[in-house]
Amino acid sequence: MTQGDTIMSQLTLEREEHVNAAQGLRDLAADWSADQEVFRHTHWGKAMMWIFLLSDTFIFSCFLTSYMTMRASATLPWPNTAEVFALEIGGQSIPLVLIALMTFVLISSSGTMAMAVNFGYRRDRKKTAALMLATALFGATFVGMQAFEWTKLIVEEGVRPWGNPLGAPQFGASFFMITGFHGLHVTCGVIMLLIVASLVLRGHFDRKGDYSAVEIAGLYWHFVDLVWVFIFAFFYLW
Amino acid sequence: MDQETSSVEQKAAVHGNGQHHPIGLYLKVWGYLFVLSTLSYMVDYFHFHGIVRWTLIVTFMLLKAGLIISIFMHMAWERLSLMYAILVPPLVLLVLVCIMTIESDYTFWTRMIFFGGGG
Repeated sequence: MTQGDTIMSQLTLEREEHVNAAQGLRDLAADWSADQEVFRHTHWGKAMMWIFLLSDTFIFSCFLTSYMTMRASATLPWPNTAEVFALEIGGQSIPLVLIALMTFVLISSSGTMAMAVNFGYRRDRKKTAALMLATALFGATFVGMQAFEWTKLIVEEGVRPWGNPLGAPQFGASFFMITGFHGLHVTCGVIMLLIVASLVLRGHFDRKGDYSAVEIAGLYWHFVDLVWVFIFAFFYLW
Repeated sequence: MDQETSSVEQKAAVHGNGQHHPIGLYLKVWGYLFVLSTLSYMVDYFHFHGIVRWTLIVTFMLLKAGLIISIFMHMAWERLSLMYAILVPPLVLLVLVCIMTIESDYTFWTRMIFFGGGG
């Protein structure tokens, strides 16, 4: 190929990219001007799940913002989370170790869920169900660890939603509210996963010819993991 | 490819926007998420403080969130109309955060001045 040819093909490629981008924007305008059928190219359940997740985003953001406000306006010292959530392992105190483990468990559950969605679209009934059950198991482990964390904080440290012997009373309020609401989401997610997994196993979606329900369940589950990413960063590490 | 499979696949493609990606992609993202989580844990473990700590935490957090949304939740392959409908509205939360930062500063100084630092 001569140099001229190379430049020509590069120009064509660039133009194609430009056309593709313009096409995307044209599609955007066309979709929104189609009145009540903006998401007609997307499975309706998926679009509705996304909109639900958007509303949930606002709920968790309100919690995290109020946590920020309370922490910034507290006059008593905020407890050091690295010490509060440390665990004694082999006579050594390791900071935040339980929270780190919980993070890894939840990320692993997201990984198995993503693969379950993939196998669902490949119509591999058994692998999809098995991976979903693994996801539910990781989720249940997470809730179990959270129960342990709450017990330790309530019984040993004496932290309450209205008070806190370690410092700022606002710590207890935001901790129980934020992690409690997240834990509730995980619990609901585990129940939902078990229901959808049993439908998968019984061949419900094979008869329907549509495995979208697995992806929709997956969207919810990944969202739960996503919220934890923010809680981990803002509440535990900040 | 016989007629039946192709029609089933077409249906799947219509419903799922053709979410057929190799498993390796998910394993890779899983690995990245593990590495990023370990790194953000290390920020605490090695006692980084102040602006360095906050920058690192937020950077790792945003990278993780981006990976989860774009790959695990397949946002990267959705149509623009869905992407914008979901990703743009949360940006107004930044306004809320700004307002509440000012508000909390006011509350803090009110407490310090009028309540002698208590409560």
